[in-house]
Amino acid sequence: MDQSRPLPTNYVTQPDRVITSRGKTVRTEEMIINMGPQHPSTHGVLRLEIVVDGEIIVDAIPHIGYLHRCFEKHAEHMTNYQQVIPYADRMDYVASMNNDHAFALAVERMMKIEVPERVEYIRVIMAELQRIASHLVALGTYGIDAGAFTPFLYCFRDREKILDLFEITCGARLLYNYIWVGGLSHDLPAGFVEQAKEFCAYFKPKIKEFNDLLTYNEIFIKRTANVGVLPGDVAINYACSGPMLRGSGVNWDLRRDDPYAVYDKFDWEVQVGKGEVGTVGDCWDRHIVRVREMEQSVKIIEQALAGIPEGNVQSAVPKRIRPEAGEIYIRTETPRGELGFFIMSDGSGSPYRVKARGPAFVNLSVLPEIARGAMIADLTMIVGSVDIVLGEVDR
Amino acid sequence: MTPQEILDKLTSQFGDAILESKLDVAQPWIKIARDRAEGICLYLRDEPSLQFDYLMCLSGVELSDGNLGVVYHLSSIIHKHKIVLKTVCSKEDPHIQSASAVWGTANWHEREAFDMFGIIFDGHPDLRRILLPDDWEGYPLRKDYKVQEFYNGIKVPY
Repeated sequence: MDQSRPLPTNYVTQPDRVITSRGKTVRTEEMIINMGPQHPSTHGVLRLEIVVDGEIIVDAIPHIGYLHRCFEKHAEHMTNYQQVIPYADRMDYVASMNNDHAFALAVERMMKIEVPERVEYIRVIMAELQRIASHLVALGTYGIDAGAFTPFLYCFRDREKILDLFEITCGARLLYNYIWVGGLSHDLPAGFVEQAKEFCAYFKPKIKEFNDLLTYNEIFIKRTANVGVLPGDVAINYACSGPMLRGSGVNWDLRRDDPYAVYDKFDWEVQVGKGEVGTVGDCWDRHIVRVREMEQSVKIIEQALAGIPEGNVQSAVPKRIRPEAGEIYIRTETPRGELGFFIMSDGSGSPYRVKARGPAFVNLSVLPEIARGAMIADLTMIVGSVDIVLGEVDR
Repeated sequence: MTPQEILDKLTSQFGDAILESKLDVAQPWIKIARDRAEGICLYLRDEPSLQFDYLMCLSGVELSDGNLGVVYHLSSIIHKHKIVLKTVCSKEDPHIQSASAVWGTANWHEREAFDMFGIIFDGHPDLRRILLPDDWEGYPLRKDYKVQEFYNGIKVPY
């Protein structure tokens, strides 16, 4: 500044250091910028407080809670356990079936209910269809993050067919309340098995089409390979799960390693990231794990459709749900990873305490670790690869 | 490793810091002293025969006697065994040692427990509210919680 001229009277002297909300003092050459809560690449109302040194991210601090409605307090105030399921639906709203499944399993384990085999098969079919639908949303929107709009439309076209299947089953397209404690709200409608088989046959070639369009696109590889590398040991330390953990090369899937439902009856393979185009644990690895999981889900659905037994889907639904006093933690593999419910019962008709351990909440907590040192333009790719659903992060 | 062997190992290592245990339930648990939690967690993670490298869940709870507690659900990816740890503190002195130096995931879970129950985790690097706004009053998941009437001039129970 030219010292010969006096400073204007309203001039505020800049401090040489400022304090971020994490209590860290930074030099003023570094700049704090906000990304979100209304930003197209945060996949919801997530705010990131980013400290940048030029183009390099020094720290990225997620601020969450914009969608918080205290699911856990709601659950405590319900008059019975069945009423919690619609709330569980609304946690991870692109994978509602998997949420219902997890909660129903937890209560069944407390009540020691054995559900009929037919129910288990239908649940697996629904959970895997939902996994494909959820991955299609994740992959389609991830393409948008990279600037590719067409794959998004292709993904939503295919997801629509899955939602049609759900609609003929229970009438709802997004929030189902279909999986109940001890059973299901409806049996499969006539023609479901044929329509689902038709979908599997239709969908398998579409995965190759999607790969040609996006996964092996050179620009997409340039944007995702070697970006946001998450080493396996860090992923375990932060309890990442699902494609986030498997993308880092850790061979771990609860459907195989802590089996529930009837997953042990089917022949399928756990997919892990191998660093084919870059480093193990980069954004591309997480992407390809999701793509390959869709193939495996189709495999599981086809086997389940072929072996589905006869039975009454409501024969084990209890009239009154009163688990004896005690507690249980049940975890299941949702499209995002380990969804756990910790339920404490005091012997009454409503839960004493419900804690939902959401996979997106935990996966997001590792973001500062992988964003540090990245370029600011890569941050959208890193956030997109975590595949968060804010409804479940904030609960 | 069976829960009994895990308990024996912990008892021989820490003695009086192991307060109580119940192994004949579906998910066996061990109650540990709240001011020794970090050391016990570190031992559970690093001892080669235990290797509890994966903290599945950390939940704050309010017990029926009005005390607060924290429940840790641990598992091992290598050995595939599980155990549940519990700690208890009173509402007047809600201090528990933080496990965030042992498992990175404990950081956000402990912030959530602080947010909802007001449990203070000693040694936590960044203990702020996480889901609620910073200026929220009270701890909503406590059983005696009363919703504040006004929040920044907005009527809360609308």
